[in-house]
Amino acid sequence: MKKSLLGATFGALALSLSLAPFQSAFADEIGACLITKTDINPFFVKMKEGATATSMHHGINLSTFAGKVDGDHETQVQAIETCIASGAKGILLTASDTKAIVPVVQKARDAGLLVIALDTPLEPIDAADATFATDNFKAGELIGQWAAAKLGADAANAKIAMLDLTPSAPSVDVLRDQGFLKGFGIDIKDPAKIGDEDDARIIGHDVTNGNEEGGREAMENLLQRDSEINVVYTINEPAAAGAYEALKSFGLQDGVLIVSVDGGCPGVANVQDGVIGATSQQYPLLMASKGIEAIKAWAETGEKPQNTEGLNFYDTGVNLVTDQTADGVPSIDVEEGMKRCWG
Amino acid sequence: MSDAKSTPRPKQDFEQTLDASDKNVAAFERQHHTLLDRIQHFLHGYPTMVPVIVLVISIAVFGMLAGTKFFSPFNLSLILQQVSIIGILAAAQSLVILTAGIDLSVGAIMVLMSVIMGQLAITLGVPAPLAIIVGFIGGIAAGMLNGFLVTRVKLPPFIVTLGTWNIFFALNLWLSGAQSIRSQTIDQIAPLLKFFGESVSFGGAQITYGSILMVLIFAVLWYVLNHTAWGRHVYAIGDDKEAAELSGIRTNRTLISVYAVAGLVCAIGAWASIGRVGSVSPQSFQEANLQSITAVVIGGISLFGGRGSIVGPLIGALIVGVFNSGLRLVGVDVLWQVFAIGWLTIIAVAIDQWIRKVSA
Repeated sequence: MKKSLLGATFGALALSLSLAPFQSAFADEIGACLITKTDINPFFVKMKEGATATSMHHGINLSTFAGKVDGDHETQVQAIETCIASGAKGILLTASDTKAIVPVVQKARDAGLLVIALDTPLEPIDAADATFATDNFKAGELIGQWAAAKLGADAANAKIAMLDLTPSAPSVDVLRDQGFLKGFGIDIKDPAKIGDEDDARIIGHDVTNGNEEGGREAMENLLQRDSEINVVYTINEPAAAGAYEALKSFGLQDGVLIVSVDGGCPGVANVQDGVIGATSQQYPLLMASKGIEAIKAWAETGEKPQNTEGLNFYDTGVNLVTDQTADGVPSIDVEEGMKRCWG
Repeated sequence: MSDAKSTPRPKQDFEQTLDASDKNVAAFERQHHTLLDRIQHFLHGYPTMVPVIVLVISIAVFGMLAGTKFFSPFNLSLILQQVSIIGILAAAQSLVILTAGIDLSVGAIMVLMSVIMGQLAITLGVPAPLAIIVGFIGGIAAGMLNGFLVTRVKLPPFIVTLGTWNIFFALNLWLSGAQSIRSQTIDQIAPLLKFFGESVSFGGAQITYGSILMVLIFAVLWYVLNHTAWGRHVYAIGDDKEAAELSGIRTNRTLISVYAVAGLVCAIGAWASIGRVGSVSPQSFQEANLQSITAVVIGGISLFGGRGSIVGPLIGALIVGVFNSGLRLVGVDVLWQVFAIGWLTIIAVAIDQWIRKVSA
């Protein structure tokens, strides 16, 4: 984390030195910052790509920052402070700690910056000027509906494994999990809480850290509880790939529906290969490019972006990707999903 | 003789207190040995017994709580499978810790080498055996870098490997583009990479080649550490580096070789990890560094170097696996599994400290 900051600082220093003679020409250039949770996840890599491309197009000076690991709050705070100091007009932020970041976000807004939360809403959501995100609850709901429709009458006797993200259950984890269960037709009780359901069809929850290794181990654990699991919800596609490996090693891969969320290119390829039944695709590139455009509009006209009607954020859209269409559940096919996949 | 006994000569004046005096021959002072003292002495002689006892007790307790599900051959073989990668890393970690060092970069070396193997074999189309060998060489090189910085630049191992952890991690992201290589792609192009994911089944148990590999690595290291000069040097350096140097051991050279061997073991672990995970995943095993240290510590190898058996970390890794599996089958939340492992680590080190205090 220090390295990236240091790198950015040196980079900025070198840039400002080399550009010093031309400073006047750039004086009224709009500055913007993109702060992501990590540099690791292809999701954020794509986000950065989208932001960079749009910034180039509009002649906006973009600086990017990232935490070292998910949950690296400290680096994000420093990044926001750096942005304020740099005189940027706006910040695009995927917060690691959605509550703790609020005071420093307020500081940025007080300094006249437009702060847009990307992908991950702050808590409270109106702590940012706007939120551009996937409707994660809807993403979950789509795969839940699809799985229920695929099973038809057997949905009443389904045995469901829930492969969640981390023990701390960040909002995206809760929204997708609860969305899936609601879509499947299960009483979710408190929609802000994972695991308070008492429906006997849920065999259990385990965490995956959103990667293949965690997905495999979590699936093994739940199969140890009940080897007749036939529906597997996964927080993302790497976890789904891991779950499939576990099923395969148990010789149980046939007849199990795996559903997921993300729409990354390897994930969509896994839908094509039949590893994943259906996945809800989200659009990080769009979040970032819309975000940059919003900062531009803010800098030029002082206009703030509007929320999608009926929601408290701007919905960048989600599509179910599958080649096995189910009645009453809108979806796009793998070919279309491949065209729009990220990472 | 009997006469003399029956009619003792009357004692003279100065002999009057003789009966009350000590009749023992000269000897070292003997303390009263409590049971605890005896245990302490016993464990000092056989430090690996601590984890062995813990393992046996935890298996018994979880067996009672979780019943037949826990004791099924399948579940036991699954535990073995689940700990295999951390176990291999713990073997590498043990070597370094025995020299009184620490290697925070083992997990990062492993993931980086798995990415190198994957990228070479899948993306660049290099024949799989060659890709694997390059990975091995890379592991040795990464370890030697650590060793060089520790011995020649004379930096503390903690700092060196903290740095290289970051460096290897960054290289991993750069080489992989943070993207996993899919299981299906590996099957098509280089199935050899997934060799250690294959398994043999008997009696319901499913033993992966990866599990066998882990046990083999420990067996080889046990032999090397106990029956070769190099192995004894490793212990000697960990116990007292200066004394080892004075007795003619080329400590720096040995230390570099220790880090290099650790790097190689990590690279072998990298190959095994591809089989275990199924894909080449740059995002997996982010906590492996610390998990390997946990296994070593629970396994009774002293963090102060020079003491402990290489078999310990294998048992340490198994204890963690048994705890996780048992707690899960009983239905305990993930949170409390983490909690339990935390306490286990602290208790293990406390016991180690206590054993070290043993006197005479």
